[in-house]
Amino acid sequence: MSFNHKHLIDITEYSDVDIMTILETAKAFSAVNERAIKKVPTLKGKTIVNMFNEPSTRTRSSFELAEKRLSADSLNFGGSSTSTVKGESLIDTVETLNAYKIDCIVVRDKHAGAPYIVSQNTPASVICAGDGKHNHPTQALLDLYTIWEHKGSFEGLKVGLVGDINHSRVCGSLLPALKIMGCETYAIAPGTLLPPAPEVLGIDHVSSSLDDVLPELDVVYMLRVQQERLEGSPFPSIREYHNLFGLTRFREPLMKPDAIVCHPGPINRGVELDSYMADNPSRSVILEQVYSGICVRMAALYLLLGGSDNGLSA
Amino acid sequence: MEQSSPKAIIMDEVAVSRAIKRIAHEIVERNEGCEDLALVGIVTRGDLLAKELARQIEEIEGVKVPLGRLDISFYRDDYLTHFSPEVHATDIPFDVNDKRIVLVDDILYTGRTIRSALDALMDLGRPSRIELAVLVDRGHRELPISPDFVGKNVPSSHEENVRLYLKGPDSHTAVEIFDVKPGDRVGSAPLGGE
Amino acid sequence: MAFLLKSAHVVDPAAGLDEVCDVLIEGDKIAAVASNLEAGDAAVLDMSGKYLVPGLVDMHVHLREPGYEHKEDIESGTRAAAKGGFTGVCSMPNTDPVADNGSVIEYVKARAAAVGHCRVFPSGACSRGLKGEALSEMGDMVAHGVVAFTDDGRGVQGSGMMRRCMDYGKMFGKVFMSHCQDEDLVGDGQINEGAVSTRLGLLGWPAQGEEIQIARDIELAKLTGAKLHIQHISTAYGLELVRRAKEEGIEVTCEATPHHMFLSEDDLDETYNTSLKVNPPLRTQADAEAIRQGVIDGTVDVIVTDHAPHAAWEKSREFELAPFGMTGLETSLALVLTNMVRTGKMGYDRLVEAMSIAPRRILGLDPVSIRPGSVADITVFDPELTWTVGEDGFESKAANSGFTGVELTGRATDVFVGGKQTLAGGAVC
Repeated sequence: MSFNHKHLIDITEYSDVDIMTILETAKAFSAVNERAIKKVPTLKGKTIVNMFNEPSTRTRSSFELAEKRLSADSLNFGGSSTSTVKGESLIDTVETLNAYKIDCIVVRDKHAGAPYIVSQNTPASVICAGDGKHNHPTQALLDLYTIWEHKGSFEGLKVGLVGDINHSRVCGSLLPALKIMGCETYAIAPGTLLPPAPEVLGIDHVSSSLDDVLPELDVVYMLRVQQERLEGSPFPSIREYHNLFGLTRFREPLMKPDAIVCHPGPINRGVELDSYMADNPSRSVILEQVYSGICVRMAALYLLLGGSDNGLSA
Repeated sequence: MEQSSPKAIIMDEVAVSRAIKRIAHEIVERNEGCEDLALVGIVTRGDLLAKELARQIEEIEGVKVPLGRLDISFYRDDYLTHFSPEVHATDIPFDVNDKRIVLVDDILYTGRTIRSALDALMDLGRPSRIELAVLVDRGHRELPISPDFVGKNVPSSHEENVRLYLKGPDSHTAVEIFDVKPGDRVGSAPLGGE
Repeated sequence: MAFLLKSAHVVDPAAGLDEVCDVLIEGDKIAAVASNLEAGDAAVLDMSGKYLVPGLVDMHVHLREPGYEHKEDIESGTRAAAKGGFTGVCSMPNTDPVADNGSVIEYVKARAAAVGHCRVFPSGACSRGLKGEALSEMGDMVAHGVVAFTDDGRGVQGSGMMRRCMDYGKMFGKVFMSHCQDEDLVGDGQINEGAVSTRLGLLGWPAQGEEIQIARDIELAKLTGAKLHIQHISTAYGLELVRRAKEEGIEVTCEATPHHMFLSEDDLDETYNTSLKVNPPLRTQADAEAIRQGVIDGTVDVIVTDHAPHAAWEKSREFELAPFGMTGLETSLALVLTNMVRTGKMGYDRLVEAMSIAPRRILGLDPVSIRPGSVADITVFDPELTWTVGEDGFESKAANSGFTGVELTGRATDVFVGGKQTLAGGAVC
């Protein structure tokens, strides 16, 4: 087995075998996370910078925990103190981090392609933690992990993503990843929330009717209505959106008995999900996704930082 | 990678089986029975040895001792240079607190694997005692670690690799000695060949 | 100073010339065009193997001065023009201050006269401050020598406002050059809307955002009778609208850039090369093919560069934060020679028409021709000279070419502006 990646920026550069390696490693880390002592010495002496040029609590916390549990030294760099706010360019910021002699940069940025720019200007490994409306590969991996835990395999699984697919960086990585793993994908959204070329992302079926598609799905992935990311108003009201695209107790009977509900968080209750579905113990795997995030990020860090030459000769 | 042929067979199937039986007896004797006893094998050959030891102890004492497997990937001090993405699940289905644990490995060499395994075990709890059983001790310790139960002492050089093969994952059972070729990994034989 | 340009292959459809002959320049005029001319006192330059054409004019150039001299200034911009084989450029008004009054026009002309390496024909803003709200002082600017009106860089959003610009300004007889972009539809669009924008997670700039204003401005030209020129046309359907308008007899012309002819959205990938961020964006390969076809058949009247220099630090950043535009003056002729003429898609006569004759006609400039008595604005190029873009640097202050590293064949070697040599053996004078 080999794992020849230095960066985790574009999930489409990973094969199904690579992805399974990450998921299986994540499973091993899950055992660590279940122990009383949730820490291993693996990355002792490694320095990881969490460069968050855009506010984020969940993703940053998840990375931070993963790093700490691997015994890496982690540094949070960003937020209101971001140098870019003071007018420094991204490249100059990266050069500064390089001078700290670091081993990995986890990049969150509101601009698409920023992690690539970072990777071109640092000897460190780079992990994309979300760039604009482009990619969010560790989110895709944690979603895959959660789905794998519940379904056992991916081949032929029907996964439907509901909501703001156009502005979702989650979709930018998750949809191609689902295709790599052999799933069949559905996008359910009004035209205002669909990307210009759905097939490019790996969407097999497009529908504007949740009721029509729901009975088909093994996994129902509800996307967050990102009110902060919407220009103009893509739908007339929350009420109408909830009625047409919300997953509610009234729609549950349409679902397959073993279908699960995912959501990247944070949930807008009463918008994309009602509380009945969000808290439904036999359906909702939303909190498992949060847990999977730590396991998957530990696995990604372990695999990317492994070996003196980042595993390229292993 | 093509498997080169061994330059000597140190233990054949009969010798391996005999050594395991003897170690099983010694463990029972030293611990005066099986109370609070547990075996933990280090993947990828130690766990198989531990399983065999447990079977032998059951034959002797009529008691099933708790058995676990330990993957030390996350604890290796050579993780950064000897990296393998293959992580095997650690599975210790019992509470290690206050147990008398016999750590089982195939070949004892520098002692670094055992050091890692001790750290890993300690993170799982506080055993009352840890002992070490190995099938082969080939010398060259780099840490102050010494085994409590040894199948066979085999003098070797750094330019040699000593490996255990077991029927099941491997085609035959034997301990063999090889010359190290440049680029070869010194350590346990990989599962499923190279 | 007199020059005798010996044995050049002269191509000038306006003069009916397509043959090897000599051209004698005396003072600022062409004195004679014939075979075996006597040199007399003139400096003799052997031009055998080279082509000699009426001086090229680029009617869409951002010289950036005043206000953005860190990107380019009139000296460096006209230097780049001379290097690329141009004898004249039309400068865009989106400077700081905006060229929306006679004073700024006068400043540009004065700087060009003092430090320029080619003629500079300033255009002026249609609306004050390029805001699309109030008419600029068009009459004042005409009095100071403006050749055209444009709000280039932005589309005039209000249809009523665009009509007012045309209705008012048409009395000056100048052309209205329209940057077509419906801002409500385009929003923060970064690249052409479609497969690539989806993959790269960038907001799309749909073709319709351009085509709607092309259609609107054609209708307004029909309504007002003003002369209309569509700038940097980039879509097949936009070109189709112009083609139909021409067939209808509406006075409309259009231009296209080499980057819209020879690049497409498919050149954009996960490396987010900001040199390829242009406005309007690189479209599909089918669009580029349609634009090339339009250049060949004459629907596209003029090849321009939309030379848009930016400082390196402005371009080497996140794609969404980088400014739109790429340079073009130093690559335009070579790209057209390499991709259109050498490949046999069009002849030298069509190149001269699109890069020399048509821009002068549209801007209402005095025609230049290779015949005795004409002003000596002349471009000479070597069609066999092979070079690599960017290898020997740029004359422009900026290096944001989308063609860096591309090997081209054909390059200007000598340029004369009013009988004065501005490029000699490939070096700017």
